[in-house]
Amino acid sequence: MAVPFDSAPKFQDYARPQMLVSTDWLAEHLDDPGLVVAESDEDVLLYETGHIPGAVKLDWHTELNDPVTRDYVDGAGFARLMSEKGIGRDTTLILYGDRNNWWAAYALWVCTLFGHPDVRLLDGGRAKWIAEGRPLSTDVPQRPHTDYPVVERDDTEFRAFREQVAAHLGAPMIDVRSPGEYTGELLHMPDYPQEGALRGGHIPGARNVPWARAAAEDATFRARKELEAIYQDEVGLRPDDDVVVYCRIGERSSHTWFVLHHLLGYGRVRNYDGSWTEWGNSVRAPIRRGETP
Amino acid sequence: MTTGTLNPRLQEIAEDFSSVPAKDRLQLLLEFAEELPPLPAKYADHRDLLEPVPECQSPLFLAVEVDGGDAVHLFFDAPREAPTTRGFAGILHAGLDGLDADEVLATPGEFSSQLGLSDLVSPLRLRGLAAMLARIKRQVREQRA
Repeated sequence: MAVPFDSAPKFQDYARPQMLVSTDWLAEHLDDPGLVVAESDEDVLLYETGHIPGAVKLDWHTELNDPVTRDYVDGAGFARLMSEKGIGRDTTLILYGDRNNWWAAYALWVCTLFGHPDVRLLDGGRAKWIAEGRPLSTDVPQRPHTDYPVVERDDTEFRAFREQVAAHLGAPMIDVRSPGEYTGELLHMPDYPQEGALRGGHIPGARNVPWARAAAEDATFRARKELEAIYQDEVGLRPDDDVVVYCRIGERSSHTWFVLHHLLGYGRVRNYDGSWTEWGNSVRAPIRRGETP
Repeated sequence: MTTGTLNPRLQEIAEDFSSVPAKDRLQLLLEFAEELPPLPAKYADHRDLLEPVPECQSPLFLAVEVDGGDAVHLFFDAPREAPTTRGFAGILHAGLDGLDADEVLATPGEFSSQLGLSDLVSPLRLRGLAAMLARIKRQVREQRA
């Protein structure tokens, strides 16, 4: 591979150290040929206020979603999107974003459904880059278009649908929403009303581990030992478990998917992107309220 | 005043948005974010006087004053790291600040649909704009009562 991996000691503890790069590494490799940086944010205007020099913008709402059906773009749509961004199939794609890389992890998960071979996250994301006083730019790069091949999305390995989740009841499941959403006191995220569901609570059997517990104060991922303390010692997951993660629309749970699959090396982790906005609106779907899984 | 029509200032803003290509609309929204005036000291030092707008994706606080001449004055507080929310506040400030209470109250609740942003900003974020307007109008009504 043309672009080297980041050999930072912290990453070597993770199951797949090659999935992360540090801000130091990125600052050094920003101009490497074959590398493209993409910013994916919760706030759709943040990129315009200033981004890592040379970075392109990847918008979850307008670009990764199909505009009509509740689904992601198809193979042709993804190929078009990547080509327009100047990302080739052999490009090393570095994703970063606001809020502990919440949306960047979501974009990475979607890229994974299309099997993009080399996609990595910037540990600490936008917040750490800025906190370290590194340069930002408002120049929007015009990268030459590529000829990204049409690769159909593979939803079998890392994505779960409602029927599969219904069949998974009783098996390991992690609800990564806030405790209030999990117990059913809240029908939406704190401060995010109206992205809600008709019913509150959680999928019976799901354990509650709010996604942001995997992030440290500086927005980087917690060290492997700390992550194991949460997901293994506290919740009892095992690396050979078949795990389903969900949240509200599958964005926060992408972050947890990344942690379990790439950092802790769990072989079988699927993200249920229908999540609570599907389950909590579904007729006769079983729901549990309160703190009991 | 007829309900459902935009005052000339908001009308001009709506026309500005709809007259530019979609990709330039975010840039325009960013300009509104940058032009939002800072809070005056009387509010900056007394944030408890501000009303929170939890419908917005990011923290937003506002204050509304109706003066003796029935003119409405608006004050917003939104973090720089939340430019979309700031942009929405900037639109309302540019479009409504200083107008007569009747004109503010006549602003259609769904005016944001005329900005051409619905394909660029998720519906939830646009509802934050509608919520700000609804809270402004409620405060105007309460202060005149």
